[in-house]
Amino acid sequence: MNLRLFPLSFLVLAVTALPGLAAIPDDFEKAITTIQSVGPEGAGNAEAASAWKTLSESEADAVLPLLRAMEKSSPLARNWLRSAIEVIVERELTNGAELPFTELGEFLLDVRQSPQGRRLAFDMIERIDPETAAKLVPGFLEDPSTDLRRDAVQRLMDEGKALAEADDKAAAVLVYRQALNAARDVDQVQEIAKQLTGKLEQEIDLPRHFGFLMHWQVIGPFDNTGREGFDAVFPPENEVKLDATYQGKEDKEVAWQPLVSTDEYGKIDLNQPFGPLKEVTGYAYTEFASAQAQPAELRLSCKNAWKIWLNGELLFGRDEYHRGQRIDQYKLPVQLKEGRNTILVKLCQNEQTQDWTVEWEFKLRVCDATGTAILAVDRPETPKPEAPSRRDRRPAGDQ
Amino acid sequence: MNLTRVLLPTLAALALVSPAHADWRQFRGPDGNGYVAGNDSLPTQLGEETIAWKTELPGRGLGSPIIVGDRVVVTAASGPEQKQLHVLCFDAKNGSPLWQRNFWATGRTMCHNKTCVAAPTPASDGERIYALWSSNDLICLDLDGNLIWTRGLTLDYPNASNSLGMASSPIVIGDTLVAQIENDSESFAAGFDLRTGANKWKIDRPKAANWTSPVPMKSGEQLVVALQSSKGVLGVLPATGSEIFRYDKGAATIPSSAADGDTLYIPSNGLTAITPSDSGDDPKELWNESAQRPGTASPLIIGDRVYILNNAGVLNAADRKSGERLWRIRLKGPFSGSPVASDNNHLYIFNEAGIGQCVDLSGEEGTIVSEIELGETILGTASISGNAVYVRSDGHLWKFASAQ
Repeated sequence: MNLRLFPLSFLVLAVTALPGLAAIPDDFEKAITTIQSVGPEGAGNAEAASAWKTLSESEADAVLPLLRAMEKSSPLARNWLRSAIEVIVERELTNGAELPFTELGEFLLDVRQSPQGRRLAFDMIERIDPETAAKLVPGFLEDPSTDLRRDAVQRLMDEGKALAEADDKAAAVLVYRQALNAARDVDQVQEIAKQLTGKLEQEIDLPRHFGFLMHWQVIGPFDNTGREGFDAVFPPENEVKLDATYQGKEDKEVAWQPLVSTDEYGKIDLNQPFGPLKEVTGYAYTEFASAQAQPAELRLSCKNAWKIWLNGELLFGRDEYHRGQRIDQYKLPVQLKEGRNTILVKLCQNEQTQDWTVEWEFKLRVCDATGTAILAVDRPETPKPEAPSRRDRRPAGDQ
Repeated sequence: MNLTRVLLPTLAALALVSPAHADWRQFRGPDGNGYVAGNDSLPTQLGEETIAWKTELPGRGLGSPIIVGDRVVVTAASGPEQKQLHVLCFDAKNGSPLWQRNFWATGRTMCHNKTCVAAPTPASDGERIYALWSSNDLICLDLDGNLIWTRGLTLDYPNASNSLGMASSPIVIGDTLVAQIENDSESFAAGFDLRTGANKWKIDRPKAANWTSPVPMKSGEQLVVALQSSKGVLGVLPATGSEIFRYDKGAATIPSSAADGDTLYIPSNGLTAITPSDSGDDPKELWNESAQRPGTASPLIIGDRVYILNNAGVLNAADRKSGERLWRIRLKGPFSGSPVASDNNHLYIFNEAGIGQCVDLSGEEGTIVSEIELGETILGTASISGNAVYVRSDGHLWKFASAQ
């Protein structure tokens, strides 16, 4: 038993059990409801400010109810609640009061609660008792909260690094592999992959780890002169018939063709089949066989203007060009149906001619809300880059 | 007659366009032109001996500190993908922390490595703080850190973002908070109610990335806010967003304009000075100097001069009435921040390498009179209040003041 926990929890139970000391005001629940009612474009802000005052003047025993309220709150409301909690905690600790340590721990370990709220609870525990907090970290390796999981992954990464530096390659590989299995944050996955495929000389299947979709049918180019292609409706938006041909840009006939990515981060590069064109629109189509009806996220990386449809329904579109891309740049919550799901991506290239505007590409993966890959039931083996030809392998000086 | 209704706008105009107070409540000072009146004892020797205090910050940021009374407020962002947003308030006298509020970003936090999520400078009306981040989270707190309202502008307008990062700073003008949320896609400017955060008005803006900030100015006796973009400048009434004037000869999208009264100095074809016409026609172009091309830094106006810092690190002093160059000197660049000044005939600028430079403006030519190497990247603009200069990096906030 952790001796640090016992007296604290005893104290909290003793204090909260005493009649007359309850510090939760009568209108506490109503204030939470008011804050949970904040809506778009500032709706409910005036009422929320008054409710926030009520909540933030509460004492330490209000912290748990406020944390629990986060699960059913919008992102805006969670910020109101967080701020009230932090004001209470700061005041109570400054005044020498105790926080409900054990209850905070129980809340932290309850994976049904808000991931952000649980991280907040962990931060409070860490502030009160850093030693105990550190002991909890390894338990977060498979946690649904990516914020908590990140710390556990980082701990393994640090261990792996130390083992590699001590030339214990076999142990380093195992520890890094364990870290990779748990890692969901892109920066951590990339760092682990770098270590494993570098000095540790391991092969890893990053497309499978992330759930990148590698096999597509593509068609183009259609027109995007004057950036008007983004709003224009070209035939693939009305029907996807993979054996059809259409009149594309400048009346040239266009047809669907396969495009398979061998990129480790699933890049679908339309410059590859069509050439480095400008002021053009292309489409990419694929199907995803889901084992069951389930919530999921389509996560897109793209620096061209794009639209995306799932099962014929437009999910989102964005007409920004060449401002940057990164993995998981856009997260689109969807509901997959059991069996075949269709995914259509529209990709517009603009008129810019700078060398940083050549890209006409995207990366798309299917995962759950934590970033864990959801793999199609018929997912093929990950395509591998073709081995360089003998000619390509020649040193530059031989050519 | 309701005297309050008549007097309040007039008083607001007097208070916000003439620098009657010593606070530095928004990006580039009370009038958004880099100058604040009333500080004639600023330290001219930037050095260890004039560092009044230095305090740590919990995250990245390049928005300027603002000073409201005896409080210094600065924003920051931290954590993976900079999703943790912070508002920090310090005691101006000694740098001790007064309060800190933290929020989760509700919008996109992707941005270029050189900038960061806490790029915009917060604003204040003297009663409340209005903090904006690149994620389009807009949050209002009172001076004691009580939460007054929040807006998630990317929740409301899902395509309002820039993958390179947003950086425009909101300003309080009259009884309205004005912000430019301009980008390639869902581009707009809006006026927000100071007490509730509700939209008072919202207008579409050119669909193009834009990092410039709104600038307060006058048109006759009216307060006007100048909204700059690649297309030019739109002058609107802050309370309604109604158009007052339109300058359509294009303008820069990084350095902002600077105003003094009813004259606006626009980074357009070099530098162009305009004034709104009384008749409602196009604004009158007073002069244009194609050689006076601001780099990243916005122009600074002091007295009868305008100072322009170009991308080569050359500081140009020009006659405000004609645009004629008076002198130029090369500073140690490169610069992302803008120069600031008050009433001691010196300007203050910090370069990207963290070298602070104080330039004496009183002679026939400018002279660098002191430098300090802070040893940290500085991409923001300094602030001036209470005879002190404040500047921040990703890691620290400094106050410079003459030894008492």
